Amino acid sequence: MSILGTRVLRTEDPKFLTTGGEYTEDLVDDRLAGAAHVFFVRSPVAHARITGIDLDAARAAPGVVAVFTAADLTDVDPISPLPGYTAGMTATLLASDTVRYVGEPVAMVVVEDPYQGEDVLELVGVDYDPLPAVVDPREAARDETLIFPAAGTNTVISYGEELDEHLFDDCEVVVTRTIRNQRVAPAPMEGRAAAAVWGEDGRLTAWIPNQGAQGSRATLAKMLGLERDRVRVITPDVGGAFGAKFGADPEHALVAWVARAIGRPARWSETRYENLLGMTHGRAQVQTVTIGGRRDGRVLAYRLEVLQDAGAYPRMGAFLPSLTRLMTPGTYDVAKVESVARSVVTNTTPIGAYRGAGRPEATAAVERAMDLFAAEIGMDPAEVRRRNLLAPFAEPHRNGFGALYDTGDFPSALEKALEAAGYDELRKEQAERRARGDVVQLGIGIASYVEITGGGGESGPPNENATIEVHPDGSATILTGASPHGQGHQTAFAMLASEELGIPVEKITLKWGDTDLVPRGGGTGGSRSLQQGGAAVRQASQELLDVARERAADALEADAADLRFDVSRSAFTVAGVAQAAVSLASLASTERLFVHTVFTAPGATFPFGAHVAVADVDTETGQAVLRRLVAVDDAGTVLNPLLAEGQRHGGIAQGAAQALLEEVVYDADGNPLTASFADYPILSPTEVPSFELVDMATPTTYNPLGVKGIGEAGSIGATPAVQNAVIDAVAHLGVRHIDMPTSPRTVWRAISEEGNRG
Amino acid sequence: MIPSRFEYVAAGSAAEAVDLLRRHGDDAKLLAGGHSLLPMMKVRLAAPSVLVDIGAIPALSYVRVEDGQLAIGAATTHQAVSTSPVVRAQAPLLAWSAGLVGDPQVRHRGTIGGSLAHADPAADLPMTLSAVDGRVVVLGPSGQREIGADEFFLGYFETALAPDEIIVEVRMPVRPDQPWGYQKFTRRANDWAIVGVATVAGRVALANMGPAPVRARSTEQAVAGGATATEAARLAAEESDPAEDMHADAPYRRHLAQVLTRRALITAGVPA
Amino acid sequence: MRVEITVNGSGRSDDVEPRLLLVHYLREVCGLRAANVGCDTTSCGACTVLLDGVSVKSCTVLAVQANGRSVTTAEGLSGVDGQLHPVQQAFRQEHGLQCGFCTPGMVMATVGLLAENPDPTEQEVREGLEGNLCRCTGYHNIVRAVLSAAGRLPAAGESSGSSAPGALAAPGALSAPGELSAAGER
Repeated sequence: MSILGTRVLRTEDPKFLTTGGEYTEDLVDDRLAGAAHVFFVRSPVAHARITGIDLDAARAAPGVVAVFTAADLTDVDPISPLPGYTAGMTATLLASDTVRYVGEPVAMVVVEDPYQGEDVLELVGVDYDPLPAVVDPREAARDETLIFPAAGTNTVISYGEELDEHLFDDCEVVVTRTIRNQRVAPAPMEGRAAAAVWGEDGRLTAWIPNQGAQGSRATLAKMLGLERDRVRVITPDVGGAFGAKFGADPEHALVAWVARAIGRPARWSETRYENLLGMTHGRAQVQTVTIGGRRDGRVLAYRLEVLQDAGAYPRMGAFLPSLTRLMTPGTYDVAKVESVARSVVTNTTPIGAYRGAGRPEATAAVERAMDLFAAEIGMDPAEVRRRNLLAPFAEPHRNGFGALYDTGDFPSALEKALEAAGYDELRKEQAERRARGDVVQLGIGIASYVEITGGGGESGPPNENATIEVHPDGSATILTGASPHGQGHQTAFAMLASEELGIPVEKITLKWGDTDLVPRGGGTGGSRSLQQGGAAVRQASQELLDVARERAADALEADAADLRFDVSRSAFTVAGVAQAAVSLASLASTERLFVHTVFTAPGATFPFGAHVAVADVDTETGQAVLRRLVAVDDAGTVLNPLLAEGQRHGGIAQGAAQALLEEVVYDADGNPLTASFADYPILSPTEVPSFELVDMATPTTYNPLGVKGIGEAGSIGATPAVQNAVIDAVAHLGVRHIDMPTSPRTVWRAISEEGNRG
Repeated sequence: MIPSRFEYVAAGSAAEAVDLLRRHGDDAKLLAGGHSLLPMMKVRLAAPSVLVDIGAIPALSYVRVEDGQLAIGAATTHQAVSTSPVVRAQAPLLAWSAGLVGDPQVRHRGTIGGSLAHADPAADLPMTLSAVDGRVVVLGPSGQREIGADEFFLGYFETALAPDEIIVEVRMPVRPDQPWGYQKFTRRANDWAIVGVATVAGRVALANMGPAPVRARSTEQAVAGGATATEAARLAAEESDPAEDMHADAPYRRHLAQVLTRRALITAGVPA
Repeated sequence: MRVEITVNGSGRSDDVEPRLLLVHYLREVCGLRAANVGCDTTSCGACTVLLDGVSVKSCTVLAVQANGRSVTTAEGLSGVDGQLHPVQQAFRQEHGLQCGFCTPGMVMATVGLLAENPDPTEQEVREGLEGNLCRCTGYHNIVRAVLSAAGRLPAAGESSGSSAPGALAAPGALSAPGELSAAGER
């Protein structure tokens, strides 16, 4: 009986449920004995010159080991922007003469006992001479106040060609609207942390929560001016990441630097306040959508113009609009599509990847555009979509922006979602409530999406490595370059190996995240792990069997061709000779039995789906409540439905949260107003219902498992479905659009303003 | 995340607590459940050098009915208040209100006295005390006195308590048969109210419509004069001075006050 | 200051400074690191433990306030031989955890909830856990785990308890009482 496709419970759970995961702050390790604790002085102003730092009181405080500023960092270089970005937008590990966002690290105090840290922080005096703060990316784009005078502009990078002013000439109807995909905080439950110690050999060992130790090591080494082989990164349990724990942040490098400077191990664990200011934020695009077509529902042209807020120091966020651009047309077959983007710096927290990283923004834009078009021509939004979706394709489909969709059936996904939602009944109920003039109105929102997963590895085409070893006691160990932080790889990869090798899942251990053990790897992100890392595990398992077969042939003095592998016994047998068998375990006891392999995929895969959201909106208060979320998420073959469903739930919740609730808010001076979980409305259990998942699996041909990536799909489909539902609930009052998050005040204002116009 | 250093003293009685406050003056703060004070101390918005713990004084935790009054010890937790059969029967609005404070863990620690002394105008219990025409019984060096709700809350986090006085009891008339209404408008379930309304026995009190709970006296007078809930609720914001914040500007708050007051009045039996 | 606290059934006597938070007492003094610190504002519940049998956020309790009392943490739930407590088992069965950071607090909050309400509806579960935040699961399977532990999990395909999916009370309309009586009347 195949284990694949079954609901195997996670083997990693007992530990998490009893003693708890061992996260970086939990670490008890001899190598960290006597560690000192690092605390960061952070800028309270968004844009200013630093005119003085007074450290005397801090240095004299009890328990202080050291105090450091940028002036002490003589042996590290500034962090140069990524290639392709405007030159001169340089970051330093600690701000030296200018701070550019509230929360930027300015100085460090190092103390014996963590309880002393905040006492000493209060004693550090920094003088700031404020500069004008630029918070709105539209203002930044005008280049009136330059955040990096040396760069000569606030524009980091641009994407796309010149626009065709005749794009919509043949359209009977054209609608355009500027909408927001607002800034959100990834806010994993575990913030950032680090522990570091230098060996007598001058080598650094650093424990940091991350999404790929190999990438983190590369970034850390670069920040510290070291060769990679002088750095070892070890990954403890990681309490969530959502894209924001890739690579390394300046604080990680600084903790390592401190450990070297003080000659002792050093540790750091951020507060939630620091996390909401200092961890990269997500999304933050201003989008102008223009959509045109015929009154019969056929869309003929679509244009997306993106202004990306990159935050104060350009990181991954400035690059993400290129992914938005890549996915501009989504699931639709539109004759003429244009997409341009520009990223600008502002005096805010830098933007990085966040669940979906550029692709949710594309889907949100085109799904809003479809509804705007539908409203303009008075057609049902489901019907408009039916008339414009790409037909199912047998050969991979090029979308016009460089994306090659491997497999997909977008119309079926939509129909399945609509049917599961009971779309016609919902429209009927909506009509009845409208006729009665109910205070609480019903809204139905639809989203059709396709997204790109499993892109490139550390370098070159998408690939991942795996090493499998079978031990004499019949157990096995897998080494992977993936980096789980809640996804359940330990169980999923064990299932794959178990399927091939006949070793029970409980006897298979997965190891990752230690660069001394696994020097190469692409980490976990972009929904790549199963399709590349899992495929590598399967490949390694099969190659191990090939190696074992040869040895078994010797051991059994038979022809390799006459051997059968009996999975149920994890042993090779000779056809027709009952007693002649040799197990993998016994082969391993005579000689080490292991294989290292690299699986290379032909390219990225494209999961797709459709979501239908049902919302109640109280038209007197503007309060919107999500009642139902029906999701079709097709990521190909499902290896473990339990794990796949969990990923879908989590993605849907974060997607709904962006539509309904969450937003990082700055005032006009760049002061953050949402720097705690009391003010940043991270989703609680009462804001979302249980979700209704519909199964659909269209395998990919790009890996033998037939799997695509599921981790981000939920957050891509849910956001526009929920936003569209809230707007739909009050569409009969004349409302055409409501920006996210659809807070009560925002909804009420839309009703009052747009309703009065119509 | 970590409070500044302080000395800690556990008081064995209310009188002892008063004496400790008198001796330490402005440096000392009372600690009951700690779920108003400790969060402020952890972000260093408050930094008293002495904490006087009254959370473990059994004599301050009780629910009684005496002379037509419901009497609740100041250190009674929200959980105890909301689940008490006596409170549910005699002052169901209070039981309901206490059951909405924060979340279950907060309710297991936070106390009625602590919440009232904290005097957050957006919180449930100050508004409720005003609606039920309640009083706090206060002990100070010169003895005991009672302060009515409308005189007790003076402004944001400001009460009529002297620095050496402590709340020992909360009292209100029993109203087992009176219909009541309660509206708490939030974004998330355990947020503070963007606007709140509590009404019983002809009194209407609003949360987060000013620096202290606001009595909607124009609405009360309209109801007393026979107005419908709809008509009376139009006046709900007359006495208010609502602040602006991330969640709401003043016009939206006023609008919410009207909508929510109408709904609360209807559930309290006022004809729509 | 000296505090005497019973932790997971064993009495302890320790010297602590008054400002030591109970969560740090448990983690650093007792070496029990399942409870985590996830926020600064008593919002997230990752630090939830039982204090004299009721759930509390240990980040907002001073160790000195627990003097003379008993504390139960997630480590104290499982059997001596590591056998999972029914709530822990339910969380595993229903895949109610992913990264695990919120999990010990979520489990302890669940134990506290079921002690007070052994037979909750889905709505009551969601409200009962409103003090516990999770970023990974979307709460769907956590709710299933709690209902399962309460013996209320419906068969596959059915809705949970008396509420159909999405039968939430509007958060903004926490008005008319539920079990107390209809809308404030007798």
